[in-house]
Amino acid sequence: MEGESLVLKVLRKAAFAFAVFVLVSPAILFFLWTISLSFKSEIDNMAFPPVFVPSPPTLANYETVFSRNDFLGYFINSVLVTGGAVLIGLLVGVPAGYGIARSKSSRFAIVILIARMTPALSYLIPLFIVFQLLGMVGTIGALIVTHLVITIPIIVWIMIGYFESLPAELEDAAMVDGCTTWQAFRHIAVPLARPGIVISSILAFIFSWNNFIFSVVLGGKQARTLPSAVYNVLSFEQVSWGPLAAAALLVSLPVLLLTVFAQKQIVAGLSAGGLKDG
Amino acid sequence: MTAVSPAAGLVESDEPQAESPDFKRNYWVFAVPATVVILAVIVFPWLFTVYMSFHIWEIGGGTTFVWLDNYRQLFADQRFHEALVHTLVFTLLATLIPIVLGTLAALVFHREFRGRGILRTIFVMPMMATPVAIALVWTMMFHPQLGVLNYLLSQVGIPPQAWVYSPSTVIPTLVLVEVWQWTPLVMLIVLGGLAGLPREPYESALIDGANSFQMFVHITFPLLWPFILVALIIRVIDALKVFDTIFVISSGGPGTASETINIFLYLQAFAYYNIGYASAVVVVFFAVIVAISLLMLHVRQKTKWNA
Repeated sequence: MEGESLVLKVLRKAAFAFAVFVLVSPAILFFLWTISLSFKSEIDNMAFPPVFVPSPPTLANYETVFSRNDFLGYFINSVLVTGGAVLIGLLVGVPAGYGIARSKSSRFAIVILIARMTPALSYLIPLFIVFQLLGMVGTIGALIVTHLVITIPIIVWIMIGYFESLPAELEDAAMVDGCTTWQAFRHIAVPLARPGIVISSILAFIFSWNNFIFSVVLGGKQARTLPSAVYNVLSFEQVSWGPLAAAALLVSLPVLLLTVFAQKQIVAGLSAGGLKDG
Repeated sequence: MTAVSPAAGLVESDEPQAESPDFKRNYWVFAVPATVVILAVIVFPWLFTVYMSFHIWEIGGGTTFVWLDNYRQLFADQRFHEALVHTLVFTLLATLIPIVLGTLAALVFHREFRGRGILRTIFVMPMMATPVAIALVWTMMFHPQLGVLNYLLSQVGIPPQAWVYSPSTVIPTLVLVEVWQWTPLVMLIVLGGLAGLPREPYESALIDGANSFQMFVHITFPLLWPFILVALIIRVIDALKVFDTIFVISSGGPGTASETINIFLYLQAFAYYNIGYASAVVVVFFAVIVAISLLMLHVRQKTKWNA
């Protein structure tokens, strides 16, 4: 290595820079193009050759998204469904993760694992039939229940791993001192597991927020969440590209912001096996 | 590196218990609420699907028990066979390409360079963004006349492509989107593996005069293999299940050229309302996915696991 000439060193650096460029440019170009579409007039969006830089940039597309659609309503639906599913997921999933980790029962973990492998779509048919019988199609409640299929396996799975990584000695000591198992869980294990809880909530939030097909089938007109609204309403009723690109960015915005500000937690969670929903 | 420790814990769960049994006994209580919910929203749908698959099931109407007729019909259904082939081709491509690119990307992002943090964040964004939103933007880019991709190709002298509008290019095009979206996940998993590599083998290899290529082949790659295998398992499972992007971009078309099992299943259930038939598809699909997953988990357990 020491005998390497200056030319070789420069070449090596250039090759590395080129590799970085090749890797990152598809993502950069995609998002730049989406931003460009969202800030251009309809005429510029339909021009060929394409106009790349909006001049002058216009907010008209964003105004269209909010004025011609009940975008805020869909946003609230999304927040209610995702919020509800993550909250219930945490309430039942964190204790479950603890119980499974401490009792080392593998049977339950296998059910969770299989649930993670199963396509989300396969839950949709039976749940659709049941909700239709109950007259619950088109309600937020039905969607929250369905989104539990996404949030619970992620949360339980990550929490099993997290509680397993915590030493049990502290809890054992507390129980010798007369603590109940519940108190040991509530006052010792949960505070220690807070980072794990944050990680699992973030991932459960992302996958629930991004889910699309449950709301297409079960959302009806009243309970539509953002992803299915963007697909059903915007893409059919307005074929124009600008508002569609603007809506696509707005829908992804909460998740992209999380990616930027909570990347460490997301990476930790994903590598802990909290992989993808169906 | 504690990556994948839950799965590892699963494997080693038969160890003798250190704690005293009376501490252990009431831990199951913690899992009761989750068990109730999981029985209701996960296990019940599984069983109910099997039940429905033995019936002709009219929505809001009667049901007729037909025993295995739906399965017989399914195995004779040409369209299902084609969907199976599409799914396998798609899965193969959408697994191997991200594995290779993602591993290379991990090697690149493992090195220190200026702007690494921000560039890695951007690189990871495709897998985080809402799939439907992404799919809609790709659809605009694939537009044969006005799409930006054909314009870019024309600038480097490549004739315009039909992308998702031709039966022969639709699956490779959908694979392209999938690769773009999920290579980052492979990168993250392998990067996690790289972060935990020991230093000693490299030091002794350097003393022995090994070059960097030899070190990669004989040290880095074997140590990374368990992580690549995990990424491979996840990619296969995810690629088999892809729905959103295919549904939005091509809906299985043109004709049925890109109809995967998932799309076939959706159409049978919610476009043609063949609920019993679609349930049979779910059962078969479920069996395939679980079988493949267990096979791969078995392979993973057999490989040495030192993480």
